[in-house]
Amino acid sequence: MQELLHQIFVAPFTLIYELPDLFIQTIWEGFVAGVLYSLIALGFVLIFKASGVFNFAQGIMVVFAALAMVGLHEMGVPAWLSLILAIAIMWALAWGIERVVLRKLVNQPDAILLMATIGLTLLLKGVGETVFGGEPKSMIHTELGLPTGVTDWNAFGGLVSFQHIDVAAVVIAVLMVIGLGIFFSKTRIGRALRAVADDHQAALSVGISLNQIWVIVWFAAGVVALVTGIMWGARSEVSFALEIIALKALAVLILGGFTSIPGAIVGGLIIGIGEKVFEVYWGSIFGGGVEAWFAYVLALIFLLFRPQGLFGEKIIERV
Amino acid sequence: MFYREAGQFKTTYQADQSIFPILQDRVGLGAILLIAFVGVPLVANEFWMNSIMIPFLIWSLAAIGLNILMGYAGQLSLGTGAFMGVGAYACYKLMTIFPEVNIIIHIFISGFFAAGVGILFGLPSLRIKGLYLAITTLAAQFFLEWSFIRIPWLYNYNDSGAIDSTSPTLFGHAIDPASGDSSLRYLIILSIVVVMTWVASNVIRGRIGRSWMMIRDMDIAAELMGIKPLTAKLSAFAMSSYYCGVAGALMVFLWLGSAEVESFDINKSFQVLFMVIIGGMGSLIGCFMGAFLIFVLPIMMRALPSFLGLGINAATMEHVTSVLIGVLIIFFLIVEPHGLARLWQIAKEKLRTWPFPYGS
Amino acid sequence: MKLKSCLLGAAAFAVAAGGFTATAQAEDSIYIPSLSYRTGPFAGGGTPFADGFADYLNMLNARDGGIGGAKLVVEECETGYNAQKGVECYEATKGKGALVYNPLSTGITLQLIPKAPVDQIPVLSMGYGLSAAAEGKTFPWTFTYPTSYWSQMSSILKYIDANGGLKGKKIGFIYLDVGYGKEPIPLLEQLAPKLGFKWVGFPVGVKEMQNQSSQWLNVRKERPDWMIMWGWGAMNSTAVKEAAKIRFPLDKFIGNWWSAAHADLNPVGATGKGYLGANFSGIGTDFPALQDVIKHVVDAGNSKAKKEDVGNVLYNRGLFNAVLVAEAIHAAQKATGKKVITGADMRGGLETFDLSEARLKELGLEGFTAPVKGSCADHEGAGSVFIQQWDGKNWKRISDPITPMTDVVRPLLEEAAAKYVSDKPDWKTQTCG
Repeated sequence: MQELLHQIFVAPFTLIYELPDLFIQTIWEGFVAGVLYSLIALGFVLIFKASGVFNFAQGIMVVFAALAMVGLHEMGVPAWLSLILAIAIMWALAWGIERVVLRKLVNQPDAILLMATIGLTLLLKGVGETVFGGEPKSMIHTELGLPTGVTDWNAFGGLVSFQHIDVAAVVIAVLMVIGLGIFFSKTRIGRALRAVADDHQAALSVGISLNQIWVIVWFAAGVVALVTGIMWGARSEVSFALEIIALKALAVLILGGFTSIPGAIVGGLIIGIGEKVFEVYWGSIFGGGVEAWFAYVLALIFLLFRPQGLFGEKIIERV
Repeated sequence: MFYREAGQFKTTYQADQSIFPILQDRVGLGAILLIAFVGVPLVANEFWMNSIMIPFLIWSLAAIGLNILMGYAGQLSLGTGAFMGVGAYACYKLMTIFPEVNIIIHIFISGFFAAGVGILFGLPSLRIKGLYLAITTLAAQFFLEWSFIRIPWLYNYNDSGAIDSTSPTLFGHAIDPASGDSSLRYLIILSIVVVMTWVASNVIRGRIGRSWMMIRDMDIAAELMGIKPLTAKLSAFAMSSYYCGVAGALMVFLWLGSAEVESFDINKSFQVLFMVIIGGMGSLIGCFMGAFLIFVLPIMMRALPSFLGLGINAATMEHVTSVLIGVLIIFFLIVEPHGLARLWQIAKEKLRTWPFPYGS
Repeated sequence: MKLKSCLLGAAAFAVAAGGFTATAQAEDSIYIPSLSYRTGPFAGGGTPFADGFADYLNMLNARDGGIGGAKLVVEECETGYNAQKGVECYEATKGKGALVYNPLSTGITLQLIPKAPVDQIPVLSMGYGLSAAAEGKTFPWTFTYPTSYWSQMSSILKYIDANGGLKGKKIGFIYLDVGYGKEPIPLLEQLAPKLGFKWVGFPVGVKEMQNQSSQWLNVRKERPDWMIMWGWGAMNSTAVKEAAKIRFPLDKFIGNWWSAAHADLNPVGATGKGYLGANFSGIGTDFPALQDVIKHVVDAGNSKAKKEDVGNVLYNRGLFNAVLVAEAIHAAQKATGKKVITGADMRGGLETFDLSEARLKELGLEGFTAPVKGSCADHEGAGSVFIQQWDGKNWKRISDPITPMTDVVRPLLEEAAAKYVSDKPDWKTQTCG
């Protein structure tokens, strides 16, 4: 018992004190993973806000977008062109989804729309594997100008290393969030988007085309998915196993709330950093591998105290 | 034309409220049961038994379990696979601790362990609703999966980390998946599924089932009318998990023979979820239809090319199946969001009034 | 509520399609199902393996007209590395007269082990599956040629011992957190005190395959001297990248034979230079048999493999699997004098075949692998593994075959086999004369 208490309350902190460089590295790794979780969650939030659809297919969209790009490149298309083509594919996908699925399912309950996106997941998986093959592919590095180097920082008698690709991921994510923020607040379409998010009917009555808005948000989510896929693919590789990681974004959403973009970012960082720190410093008590459930259990505990999430709107129920 | 209740008069309230008020339904059910119990074992070969009929029944049972929770009590769950796992691991432990007790009894008891775990992870449902609840059940799924790996006691410290069937018997006949007679196993599973479906249909029609539906339709209103959400929600979780647990135990000990953790992963949860959606939420017959469409149809599709003698390779077929199931799900949601069961009901209504467009 | 109406539908299907499992095979042909996976998260490894397996047998058909005059019919069944689909494949192909099963998944192997004696079809889990199945007395129908996980782990430890010593060292073991990855842990636990090293495990969940930074932070925390990996699929390349990231010396990082293929290291490229892997099948196409495969199958357009993939590690592994099957068929035909053999004959063939140096040369596979010879009691053939190294572009063989520590491993295998059957009173064993 005493041993256990020691492991929980003393040993991790002495380790942090003894190896501060490892601690900083852990935080950094968690930060990068958190940024990527945030990006996946961001795709969810965009779609949920504008169309009320809980898009389960966001995970597979990450894989599909990256796979389309890498797959096209393998077929001989130049790197930049395949990036543009991948973006075009995501646009076509958004358009198709709106036409074939969303338009037909207007006003259906949330659960039905969720199921439709699950159907979409299977569809994209099958199409992706048929067209581009199921084997893992490596990301296009040099042609796209993705950095591969590493910067070391000698601190606290140790070494903290920053992979340039990780730094790039963070920078691009920040730029993208800023870009989306400007898009939402400054442009006409962005304002229409916010109007739709606030109240569908009111937006319709002032002449905003819901269909057009849906295409745009799904496209935006598709582009976010592509960027996430490129970044994650560059860190490991592009494969269908990535899809499962995307499930973690669900836990991020719980923390951040379904409708809040800042919530998605903060939630992602909490989960990313939290799970790495927990795994490295407390994981051994449980025999390791606690990352598999940490995010969800954290979300569950969190929900018991604040069912609407960190930044979610308060839930008011009426009979 | 033949399906019509003309001339069938009800003289008691009991007759009026019976599950199958129409004679043809009762005859039809009787015929189906007869075929299932007598016909199928006579015609089906090993492949049909082991790869189609037995798993079809087991999946149907799991789908009934999830449907109780989702379709009747309105609580979205993504933890079905893990609850099936609890049943399977509990059954394994019971079998190795009490080898002298018959496996059928173990299977039924192991359901209670699943029910207990289900109640535990159902507790958040008292505060959390809808999609948020779905994610807390994901926590159950991943945490239980991890426990099945990390607690070696659960699999008796096997080197392989898998649970495997000992040699169960029933009335002196071997019924393990390797050496047992598949027809016998089929009949055991069929009996269990029929009995449990009958129990479920009665519970749903009873007071508890009605309280579930009230919670589903509007929980606050139900609460104001005197339904305790605590008992209603947790009883739904318990019963649902019990069914899933039994299905899990059947899956390992009367179908697969051995199982690793992957047999209970998140994909299983999704698979059962698809069955419930496609079949129809809040319909027991829908569970069977959903299990047929999601489980049996892909097997048919995979077998089709070699049956027709076409040279389509297995992998392409797999991709096509995935695409097709995805398209089917979307198609059904667009055409009939209430699933196959609703289509079936509409067809029956049409039959009843045929050839007139409007019935009485 | 007519809850059985779909049963009716199923029954109708049964009547209509009941025939499709009974497709009769032409006379003088041998039917070999190939349980492969070209889909799912592990497709990258499954695809070249299945290609190599099919191509070698098809080459025998094209060049020699089969084996001993019997044509080989290879049929693939897609499992997606999923145990349930594996059983479905088993049931679907068993009725067509399957001769031997190569499940290509530890999970599927575990399910087939108890079925094999009942249906009289041997299971050849080539270097995977249950290590204890190497014990032929307890598992008459299961074979793990050319080596089991435990034997291989001991070979890897021997390599470490030869390159700087094992005593007092700390070995890190990173593994896929499923039955396959955990398989060698009992051996590590037993050997650590005997050989005087310490070991520490780093499990990687299937869901975390591509998200391993915390495991490698743990590696950095624990500072092991060597790392050994039991990985598969996308886990491998991610692990090598992460190892390079924390500056772990890659020439002290050894993957097992499922963690050291071209498919794993191609995405890593030059970053992975120095990474070691254990292997038991030759690399490249510089073998007469492989040239024949290229000539008769690949160039003839009868292969699913891309030409540049022929000769890569996993392709050759699948090919080696096919060689073992072919040799066993050959031996069984010689022993029984029959052209078309049964599963029971095949079992005999698997116990008696002798893949010696001379025979390897005859087959056009000189130096491809160490000789394999099993017996009634020995179902792993004590095959050796060699160590290969990634030079940034290709695998290079850097060591001679390393024999396993049979004296240490064998008793452990026997113990494990006894444990496996301890709760199965009706298990059928065999006695070896």
